[in-house]
Amino acid sequence: MDIKWDQLLVSGDPLILGSQIAIVLTMVGVVAALSYFKKWKWLWNGWLTSVDHKRIGIMYIIMGVLMFFRGGVDGLMMKAQTAVPENTFLDAQHYNEVFTTHGVIMILFMAMPMLIGIMNIVIPLQIGARDVAFPQLNLLSFWLTFAGAMLFNVSFVIGGSPDAGWTSYFPLAGKEFTPGVGNNYYMIALQIAGIGTLMTGINFIVTILKMRTKGMTLMRMPMFTWTSLITSLIIVIAFPIFTVTLLLGMMDRLYGTHFFTVSGGGLDMLWSNLFWLWGHPEVYIVILPAFGIYSEIIATFTKKRLFGYGSMVISIVLISALSMLVWVHHFYTMGVGPAVNTVFSITTMMISIPTGVKMFNWLFTMRKGRIEFTAPMMWALAFIPTFLIGGVTGVMLAMAAADFQYHNTLFLVAHFHYTLIPGVVYAVFAALYYWWPKVFGFKLSEKIGKWHFWLFNIGFNLTFFPMFFLGLQGAVRRSYTYSEESGFQPLFLLSGVGALILAAGFAALCYNIYWSIRHAERTTANDPWGNARTLEWATATPVPHYNFATLPEVDSLDAYWEMKKNNKGFTLDKNQIKPIHMPGNSGLPAIMGGIFLVFGFFLVFEWHLLAAIVGIGIIAGLIMRSFESNDGYHVPVDEIVKHERTWRGESKWKAK
Amino acid sequence: MSNQEKGFPISHIVGFLLSITFTVVALLVALKTDLPKTTIMFVIGGLAVLQAGLQLIMFMHLNEGKDNYSKIIHTVYAIFMAVVIVIGSIWVVTAGHSIH
Repeated sequence: MDIKWDQLLVSGDPLILGSQIAIVLTMVGVVAALSYFKKWKWLWNGWLTSVDHKRIGIMYIIMGVLMFFRGGVDGLMMKAQTAVPENTFLDAQHYNEVFTTHGVIMILFMAMPMLIGIMNIVIPLQIGARDVAFPQLNLLSFWLTFAGAMLFNVSFVIGGSPDAGWTSYFPLAGKEFTPGVGNNYYMIALQIAGIGTLMTGINFIVTILKMRTKGMTLMRMPMFTWTSLITSLIIVIAFPIFTVTLLLGMMDRLYGTHFFTVSGGGLDMLWSNLFWLWGHPEVYIVILPAFGIYSEIIATFTKKRLFGYGSMVISIVLISALSMLVWVHHFYTMGVGPAVNTVFSITTMMISIPTGVKMFNWLFTMRKGRIEFTAPMMWALAFIPTFLIGGVTGVMLAMAAADFQYHNTLFLVAHFHYTLIPGVVYAVFAALYYWWPKVFGFKLSEKIGKWHFWLFNIGFNLTFFPMFFLGLQGAVRRSYTYSEESGFQPLFLLSGVGALILAAGFAALCYNIYWSIRHAERTTANDPWGNARTLEWATATPVPHYNFATLPEVDSLDAYWEMKKNNKGFTLDKNQIKPIHMPGNSGLPAIMGGIFLVFGFFLVFEWHLLAAIVGIGIIAGLIMRSFESNDGYHVPVDEIVKHERTWRGESKWKAK
Repeated sequence: MSNQEKGFPISHIVGFLLSITFTVVALLVALKTDLPKTTIMFVIGGLAVLQAGLQLIMFMHLNEGKDNYSKIIHTVYAIFMAVVIVIGSIWVVTAGHSIH
């Protein structure tokens, strides 16, 4: 075991030195604040060990917002670097690291946790359940995702960041060409987070299939539940491919195998093939829940039933099947020949059919509706034209012959930002505004929300629209600088200005959260938007930890809308209330997350003896869990009665 | 499922014996015959698929329970995905110029 102490801390760059100091100060500050306000117990018992799906969801979202900040700073650094030609703000190596971490963090540690966080909060409520199927596994999923994210983030101050792109193509990502520990971080951190995601997928499939309330057949499920079910299904199909791919990559880097190397009989393009076999479905994993979010919001704020519910379901099922059949369109230029390229061109273009069906369904839902321009609805409205630009340029890229021109230019970069930002980020914002009052008992400010909306939209289009033209003029992606004679400067500068406005939009969101926590009007109305349609709005606001005093019964789609229409199901009879069995908290997942983090860290530096010792801890954790008898607890009737009386008021309360 | 738990587990015994038979036949074909190599590969490959199907039905309760219909859909889909991933990968990395 040779420990390379001199390589441990990244040094020599003032930006990184500044970050190192900032990280240490922040950590000291957090520990000091927690100790001063005596909040350690509150944090541990109330949050870190809580198996309550709503709290786990909130922790996911906090993590997502932090990672959004980190990935956003990476993006701003890239834009600052390319704003003027021959800039020396970042050197080539640093720029490589920045675009790599930007991509990985935005997809895996921002988009995924945000959406899984929203799924955690909303799904059990929408299907009328009291928790997910495996609450403790759910907490473990969170901690593994968090451990993976932290391990990945620590790379830029300890050891050096991965620098082979978020796709980490071999042979560049192999030890021969990138001998540092950076790409070890990629292989191991993503593996740990991936295990967490895979377990989330299993958990939500079981939850949605087995824990729906009485009367909720599959075709009466809210659309967000449908898209989450299909997303979970894609996770379970696609993530094992990534697990194996990362494992092979790790073997190549750590133990000298030759799966993807050029020498020794490896096949470097096999990495691209396997990576995109996971990578393309991954795109749909993040975009399908977003489609569900828009469906809920558009139906709510046009006060109409979602148009074409059945065709919506068929479309998402088709998208999920097609998502597994298009992976080669990411590397047409590999030279697989016309037969392969033609087949994958056709499957790729076919995806636009079910997606188009969904677009028309949303438009027809709004047709002749009374549209209310609330903050969540505005994001949903902005999504449609913006995503359309992303989709149409996607069909352009799908044509293999034309793709040889677009490949690896900024045209491609602009295209996927036009799909992922409206398709995921807008949806996350819409969902935050929409479900915020349900979770916290107050709405985010509509006024600051409008600032957030306009700044972000203008900034986004200004940043990425010029990149289509830059790409068509020949500007390549992942290039840290360009010459003055290229004539790229004006558009790059415009794009850089756009990025600043984009950042201001994000700042407006953060300010909105701060302002609303302090000043927003508190509400205990169960349906603060007034026109909600699904079951999560039928219970108290904020949602009690047992979710529903008595499990609702459903006999149609849009169950809560029907309840309001027929004015039934609102009164509660005291005699119906029985003690509710709830799962107990557990400290084991947090500890396991910590052990995985240390284990991963030792593996990154190839300190195998230390890793093996820590690895025993993982096995010990599994054994402990197997023999654990944590049967949970019962919420007493008195507590439920007291709480239900308070929010329902006496008129809707029958005490027989 | 419930009637099987009470009575003699006849299907398990049959499944077990058939599994052993398939394995032994595969071994005999591979080790004791002089058939060409491709034929041997197809025979033992075919027996492996048969055995996998047998195990799914006899031991893994594929066609039992009240949601047996959906279980069969899932299994067929999983097999389809496995074929896409394996055959697709082989096709992609061996077609055209990519192998050179």
